[in-house]
Amino acid sequence: MKQKQNAVVLSQKEIATDIYDMWIGTSLAADAKPGQFLCVYPKDKSTLLPRPISICEADAEKGAVRIVYRIAGAGTREFSGYQAGDSISILGTLGNGFPVEEGRGKRVFLIGGGIGIPPLLELAKHLKGETQVILGYRNSALFLQEDLEKHGVIYVATEDGSVGSKGNVMDAIRDNGLEADVIFACGPMPMLRAVKAYAAEHRIKAYISLEERMACGVGACLGCVARTKETDHHSHVHNARICTDGPVFEADVVEI
Amino acid sequence: MNTQVTLAGVKLKNPVMTASGTFGSGMEYSEFVDLNRLGAVVTKGVSNVPWPGNPTPRVAEVYGGMLNAIGLQNPGIDVFMERDIPFLKQYDSKIIVNICGKTVEDYVEVVERLGEEPAVSMLEINVSCPNVKEGAIAFGQNAEALYGITSEVKKHAKQPVMMKLSPNVTDIGEMARAAEAAGCDAISLMNTITGMKIDIHKRRFVLANKTGGMSGPAIKPIAVRMVYQAARAVKIPIVGMGGIATGEDAIEFLLAGAAAVSIGAMNFVNPYTTIEVIEGIEDYMRKYHVENVTDLIGAVE
Repeated sequence: MKQKQNAVVLSQKEIATDIYDMWIGTSLAADAKPGQFLCVYPKDKSTLLPRPISICEADAEKGAVRIVYRIAGAGTREFSGYQAGDSISILGTLGNGFPVEEGRGKRVFLIGGGIGIPPLLELAKHLKGETQVILGYRNSALFLQEDLEKHGVIYVATEDGSVGSKGNVMDAIRDNGLEADVIFACGPMPMLRAVKAYAAEHRIKAYISLEERMACGVGACLGCVARTKETDHHSHVHNARICTDGPVFEADVVEI
Repeated sequence: MNTQVTLAGVKLKNPVMTASGTFGSGMEYSEFVDLNRLGAVVTKGVSNVPWPGNPTPRVAEVYGGMLNAIGLQNPGIDVFMERDIPFLKQYDSKIIVNICGKTVEDYVEVVERLGEEPAVSMLEINVSCPNVKEGAIAFGQNAEALYGITSEVKKHAKQPVMMKLSPNVTDIGEMARAAEAAGCDAISLMNTITGMKIDIHKRRFVLANKTGGMSGPAIKPIAVRMVYQAARAVKIPIVGMGGIATGEDAIEFLLAGAAAVSIGAMNFVNPYTTIEVIEGIEDYMRKYHVENVTDLIGAVE
């Protein structure tokens, strides 16, 4: 069930420049699925709208959810100042999440670019196959690769070439001669377009997590739509709601 | 304590409704609030055929509010009648359907279709959306055009008609009088104020549509002022809206002359806002020993 609640910050630390890692104590952990997200509300009333942030890990037993996010503006800057014991206003759990069954036991690419990497961690924990994790960063300020190492083989690409392949995640796939039966990806739009093209070329399925500016987060405002190839069940005008019908879509269903 | 209000002959259990476009047809928010508790659900605008809306980004945050340029995306009247109306019929809340169109004929077509549905208590005519190129706001920024479309809609409407006015005009009183003279039964205001936001780092417009409608608490004083001016200009009831977040905000609108209020952008900030506003109005009535909520309408001194 979706719920807005005042939760509590359990811990927070900066794990790379402007990238923060926060554990939140919340009953929402029990329902959280890989690829879902939370809306986090700033306390400053000049910044009204929720910030959609993907769930990086969920621990149902401890009742805790982990988010890893980048400071992108006033709202996330406020969150970055929260300390253990502070309250945090959240709404969740939102979105459809990754279709874990599609990847279980298969040769899988988990492709993450920058701040698109966090949702892959909870997904990686649920896949019990040959998981290959391809991570793209700007530079040597890596994050989450140590967590992901426990659940798959890591391949890194950096834009400046300081770690792994020089270039992007597609360069890392080529350089290492990697192959997969199915792809799960989250990252910037140019990366997702490349993933979609790669999947089409290799005739494999790809599930991509999209991002868009949101207002309500629950499917009412129609702010965050993605163009779909076919007429979708809700809008009837080829506009699926990223917050509710997504954020994860089969790559060939959306026109990006 | 009596919170009931009558709006153009329609009895509402309390004066709190939802602002069109911020609440869908209630489905999404029914996970958070009991729709039975609302005075009315005002639906997202519906047109005669499906409208795709504008490209993204469609929303942006601004200080104390937001901009939207959704562009009235909607699945059209056919889907609306088959899916949304049956859903809303399950609840004991009045149904007010917001209608948008590009031409007078577009509006009339939807008005006639809804005339077949007795569960719809009232029609709200959107002549004030700043985000679509044709129709809509063109009818709402000129008193003669507003008079024209209002009289056409009234000719074909089986339910009471509420015209939703734009704040993007010089004299709101003149617009309200034109709507009243054309025979409309109620007025709702205000729609959003046209705004713009520029990303200085990319030197680009934040919204794909360049401009968007501003809503949220930052516009509330403007809305209160316009409700006050319109209430002094006409005798028909007014539904006030613009940044209402609390019961106190709603009371301010009632005192300014609104017979009912709508909750808009704040639904996005707190999905429980509608219920909290209803309870806030009741708290105020208890505190100040107000017997009937109607005693508050226009009671500013």
